[in-house]
Amino acid sequence: MIVRILGEGQWRIEDGELSALNTLDDKVEAAVDAGDEGAFRPALEELLAAVRRTGSQLDIEELVDSDLVLPPGDASIDEVKDLLSDDGLIPG
Amino acid sequence: MSIMKRMGLVFRSKANKALDRAEDPRETLDYSYQKQLELLQKVRRGVADVATSRKRLELQLNQLQQQQQKLHDQAQKALSMGREDLAREALTRRSGLQQQVDSLQEQHAQLQGEEEKLTMASQRLQAKVEAFRTRKESMKATYTAAEAQTKIGEAFSGISEEMGDVGYAMQRAEDKTAQMQARSGAIDELLASGALDDVTAPGGQDDISRELDSLSSTSDVELELAQMKQQIGGSEEKPREIDPSAQAPTGAEETQPKREGEQA
Repeated sequence: MIVRILGEGQWRIEDGELSALNTLDDKVEAAVDAGDEGAFRPALEELLAAVRRTGSQLDIEELVDSDLVLPPGDASIDEVKDLLSDDGLIPG
Repeated sequence: MSIMKRMGLVFRSKANKALDRAEDPRETLDYSYQKQLELLQKVRRGVADVATSRKRLELQLNQLQQQQQKLHDQAQKALSMGREDLAREALTRRSGLQQQVDSLQEQHAQLQGEEEKLTMASQRLQAKVEAFRTRKESMKATYTAAEAQTKIGEAFSGISEEMGDVGYAMQRAEDKTAQMQARSGAIDELLASGALDDVTAPGGQDDISRELDSLSSTSDVELELAQMKQQIGGSEEKPREIDPSAQAPTGAEETQPKREGEQA
């Protein structure tokens, strides 16, 4: 699996690591759904740190599609919601 | 569905929509490469814009800090002349400025962060555009219609995703810079309106300076009078030591004012 952290780059993650990441991802999702900024920040940080730790970063000149995409570490809940909406922030 | 998956799907669908396919895939390649170069230029301009805002903030910080120093000097001078009330006023204004300085410093750090992020984004994009160009040339050279679609698809989605990422980084930086510029403008207005007493302006004088100056000239007159009396009447009166340029000890504002001069 290839994971992109917006504003940082891409990581290749072995399948064995995915379930741990999914658990962390669930925490982020719960915080976003609850609008709980206090729980959201540490949860997102934890998830990003796990990606950086367990993955191997791709060379910047590699042109590969990502399977999963994550917001930058300093994103707010509102920004995450924008990123998830169809007419969100990202231009084509 | 998880955040990571949903975000990945949204990102890919946008990247796909952005693909403007021409009938001949080779034209599409060239057209996309053109777009990539344009975006690269835009990011570089973005970096320059953020740097400009950062420098403007640094100038303002400088001005505010000079003003703080001036108020500190004024407080010392006022105290050495026995005017605790003036010294208090100067120090009160100085602490008011400190809040502005603190908040500007915080924003300066934020802008610096954005500048670094955009610089990194532009380096990543540049590497990917270069990789795309190499692949594009080799695809055009060995072009066969059958394999073109899949190969082109792969190269495209990789680069489109990067372009989306960079576009997002630029938008964030622009938002932050816009907030900062509004704030910078407000500080400029404050400085211009005199509310912050722009002491760096030539000839510009604030009320504390004016009062201290008039105190000094009164003291000068007293000193001169005393000296004249001394010359005429011999040693009947020693001139009083009133030297406005005398250095007060550091930290004088925290100690009790020395009562001397007129109140002695």
